[in-house]
Amino acid sequence: MRLPPAYRLRRHAGRVAFYAVVAGLMVYTLFPFYWAVVSSLKTGPALFDTRLWPESPSLANYVAVFTEQPFARAVANSAIVAGATTLVSLAVAVGAAYALGRIRFRGRRTVLMTILGVSMFPQIAVLSGLFGLIRWLELYNTLGALVLSYLIFTLPLTVWILTAFMADLPRELEEAAMVDGAGPLTRLRRVLLPLMAPALVAAGLLAFIAAWNEFLFALTFTLTNDQRTVPVAIALISGASAFELPWGQIMAASVIVTVPLVALVLVFQRRIVAGLTAGAVKG
Amino acid sequence: MTTIPLQDRVRRTARRLALTAGLIAGTIGPAAAANLTVACSALGTESDLCREAAQAWADETGNTVEIVHPPNAASEQLALYQQLLAAESPDIDVLQLDVVWPGILGDHLLDLAPHLPDGTLDGHFPATADSVRSGDAILALPWFTDAAVLYYRSDLLAEHGLDVPETWDDLEAAAAVVQAAERAAGNDRFWGFVWQGRAYEGLTCNALEWVASEGGGTFIGPDGSITLDNPAAARALDRAAGWVGTLSPPGILTYAEEDARAVFQSGDALFMRNWPYAYALGQSPDSPIAGSFDVAPLPRGAGPEARHAATLGGQHLAVSAYTRHPDLAADLARFMTSEAVQRERAIAGSFAPTRPALYEDAAVLEAAPFLAFLPATLREAVARPAAVTGTAYNEASAIVYGAVHDVLSGNADGAARLAEAHGDLMQLSRGGRW
Amino acid sequence: MDRARDAGPLARARARTAWLFLAPALLVLVLVAGWPLVSTVWLSLTDSRLDAGHQARFVGTDNYLRYGPAPDAWDEEAGGYFVYDDATGAALLYRPDTDAFYDWDTGAALAGPVDRAAVFAWHGLLADPVWWRSVANTVFYTVVSVSLELALGLAIALILHAHLPGRGLLRAAVLIPWAIPTVVSAQLWGWMLNDQVGVVNAVLLDLGLIAERIAWTAEPATALAAIIAVDVWKTTPFMALLLLAALQTLPNEIYEAARLDGVHPVRLFARVTLPLILPALMVAVIFRTLDALRVFDLFYLLTSNADDMLAMSVYARRQMIEFQDVGAGSAAATAVFAIAAAATALLVLIGRIEPEGRR
Repeated sequence: MRLPPAYRLRRHAGRVAFYAVVAGLMVYTLFPFYWAVVSSLKTGPALFDTRLWPESPSLANYVAVFTEQPFARAVANSAIVAGATTLVSLAVAVGAAYALGRIRFRGRRTVLMTILGVSMFPQIAVLSGLFGLIRWLELYNTLGALVLSYLIFTLPLTVWILTAFMADLPRELEEAAMVDGAGPLTRLRRVLLPLMAPALVAAGLLAFIAAWNEFLFALTFTLTNDQRTVPVAIALISGASAFELPWGQIMAASVIVTVPLVALVLVFQRRIVAGLTAGAVKG
Repeated sequence: MTTIPLQDRVRRTARRLALTAGLIAGTIGPAAAANLTVACSALGTESDLCREAAQAWADETGNTVEIVHPPNAASEQLALYQQLLAAESPDIDVLQLDVVWPGILGDHLLDLAPHLPDGTLDGHFPATADSVRSGDAILALPWFTDAAVLYYRSDLLAEHGLDVPETWDDLEAAAAVVQAAERAAGNDRFWGFVWQGRAYEGLTCNALEWVASEGGGTFIGPDGSITLDNPAAARALDRAAGWVGTLSPPGILTYAEEDARAVFQSGDALFMRNWPYAYALGQSPDSPIAGSFDVAPLPRGAGPEARHAATLGGQHLAVSAYTRHPDLAADLARFMTSEAVQRERAIAGSFAPTRPALYEDAAVLEAAPFLAFLPATLREAVARPAAVTGTAYNEASAIVYGAVHDVLSGNADGAARLAEAHGDLMQLSRGGRW
Repeated sequence: MDRARDAGPLARARARTAWLFLAPALLVLVLVAGWPLVSTVWLSLTDSRLDAGHQARFVGTDNYLRYGPAPDAWDEEAGGYFVYDDATGAALLYRPDTDAFYDWDTGAALAGPVDRAAVFAWHGLLADPVWWRSVANTVFYTVVSVSLELALGLAIALILHAHLPGRGLLRAAVLIPWAIPTVVSAQLWGWMLNDQVGVVNAVLLDLGLIAERIAWTAEPATALAAIIAVDVWKTTPFMALLLLAALQTLPNEIYEAARLDGVHPVRLFARVTLPLILPALMVAVIFRTLDALRVFDLFYLLTSNADDMLAMSVYARRQMIEFQDVGAGSAAATAVFAIAAAATALLVLIGRIEPEGRR
């Protein structure tokens, strides 16, 4: 397309401004992580140094994280808890989202708002009640306690996201199947679910990361090192004495747990895009 | 205080006899070996020492022990204990406590007196031993002690021909001189004095030192009376408020122990108020200030009743009231606080023993020379009024550090704010009756 | 037509199917959320404490608001309330049975009249200025950070949606902050914002943007700004991801048509894109708002924790755990819930969210 020169110039200026904004965003989002990496390569008093590049980088902190701390176990626990929480949330939420997104019935709105209401309760407020529940179920100091308690925030989120996506899928899809005599469960499984892949991935990812990063419940409902998750393990990384904060090791641990997560996110991001192009039948 | 009915005393004596007999026979508790859980610090050496001592007891008695780590931050650690204990959970048997917690946890802790041989507390510093008693009950056993000290840069003081400050006035004068000189020499982030000004328990500790050193008391008297509103205390707070932004960085209002150490150990402060832990770190080979600093008692005030004052810290071991093995747990706590274990901890981890005898032990003093200095400080140490305030201690402390933080922030002057805090404490304690 | 469809056997069968599908989710939520929720509201109506051996009593709404002597000033032995007279500094005993004042120490009836208005006061959560200050802090933080996150998140989503060079890099970049556990990121920022050894001050000084080191987290104003900056950094990816998902469901045909018609991109965005993604956008805003109103770690770890720097959840925790006053803490927690519910209702009203979606 041919454009008038003035417009083109404005476009150029716009481009420059645009890339400046993008660059600014990148610095804002990346610098803290960069600083975590830099700090993880420093030891001792060098940590108090504010030069942007480590003078004598060392991997000592990374070695220490695995040798001095029960870190590998914590990573495994976190993966189990976050994975199980995500699967359970999705499995339960798909059914609920089908009912809420595709079936008209009385009380639908109330249910949706109630589910939303669940996510309004401050964590600190449900803590003691949940603690009682977990002890009653004899789940204290088990990973099951964490999976159960994490549903309190992952379930509302996944239900809402999936409901919104479900509701947006064209009605005709299901109607065709209905003519063929398929029941609701079959329609959900055969017709809707395949189209839901991007939404499932997005909701699952949100749930996974929320569960992966959770701290307060994990701290309260587990006691021994063999049941603790990464955020608690990182918070418990300790120096030689009461007030000393082993900053380098904490940063090394953070880098270790962040990198695979970002990789995971990137892999699934592509999947979201791929899934969505397939889902673009409607309109 | 509470008088114990005769019946109970008889029962207690009987149990003690049974326990002693059990010890002699070498078979205490149930026939099957028990598994006990000890909650102690997750911190490096400390964690190892705790594990080793507990294991030694286990090997000796044929039981097993498991170590669990509560959170490092004191307030989260207390929160976890409260949660577990309020649920009457038997998940932890022996727990590591801060010195001010026995009162807060109160009846959640097992009275150890009936479960231990008489005289278990003999050999500890009398003041420390008193701090774990509540009437005839023994709520915890002292494990190690701590008292705040003044760190100073010996090289800089020598360079300017200054003495180690004896009073706060000396400290201010020296800090002003050196700070001006260092800044003129190009270090624009040099400060005279760093301490802990964040609104948390540590600020209560700092303020207690300022006030007590001026002869202004300990906020709440040993009988529970509210004493914090007095001219000496107001003077002490106004003095400290004057440091913020002049001798101490404006950010001091958010500083905890590690923030202060970060500044001091980078060589950017002349004086620091901190616990003894910072000593070994500052002397580590890669520290920029290794060999060029030392410690002294905190300065005293100016009035006629002025004195040196250091807030007493440290940790105890206690037994949960909900343990399934009270006798064994009590015996484990006794073992872990025994002279032999404390000696080992002093040598291997520089933990200050609660037993005066160990300060004359050559091996201890050789391993941790700065411990030699501690008994003098401990003699001058002031305890926070945690015993008398009981479960309300945290709330009382929050009123105190809230008021102090307000004065430091320049929102109010010392006298006016202390009068307000006096009313709050009166209300909280129902006129000092706690 | 809808009315007619809501009745009849077909509708009933439909409703049955719906509830069947909903059952597992509702069951889980009643278990993990319903029970703790009810127990917290109940506790807020009692004087429960964490101390051992404390017998909790039902106290009605005393934890919220009550006029008179302080509820916890009740002294069983004296048969009355301890009252501290701010004006005179006198310690008094107020006995409700005789409705008279006595000297606290001697128990003697007071000779002169007592100025009730000076001695009695409003107590409870709603009369506590510290609580209201923490409400103000939290609401301000929520409004500002959610707005910023929305703007930034939308910008990032649009950039990621458009097929621009460097998209993959940006996508990776924006997700990093979100993947770092909050506990760590709060500490990381605390370290970076440290007035003496923090890198933020060092860089700004080098660039000449500030003249001297700023104690970011010491002053309420800069501390709030710092907390907001951290929150925006941390949670914009959440916003961006939800908005991106919404953008990608938009039909391409509209854009093809608009391009052929030569509609200006800004106009296209305002007239077509925004209305279409509004429902998804409002859902994202609601979730973020709820999250922000419950903020805990950032205030707890990054500020001085002075009375004027609390968030609502920090206040609730302080009452419940540190002061062991479970009743008062539960009242605060319930109030956080009520405020969050009100905010949601408001957003739902403004956004005219129709959960059934667009057809």
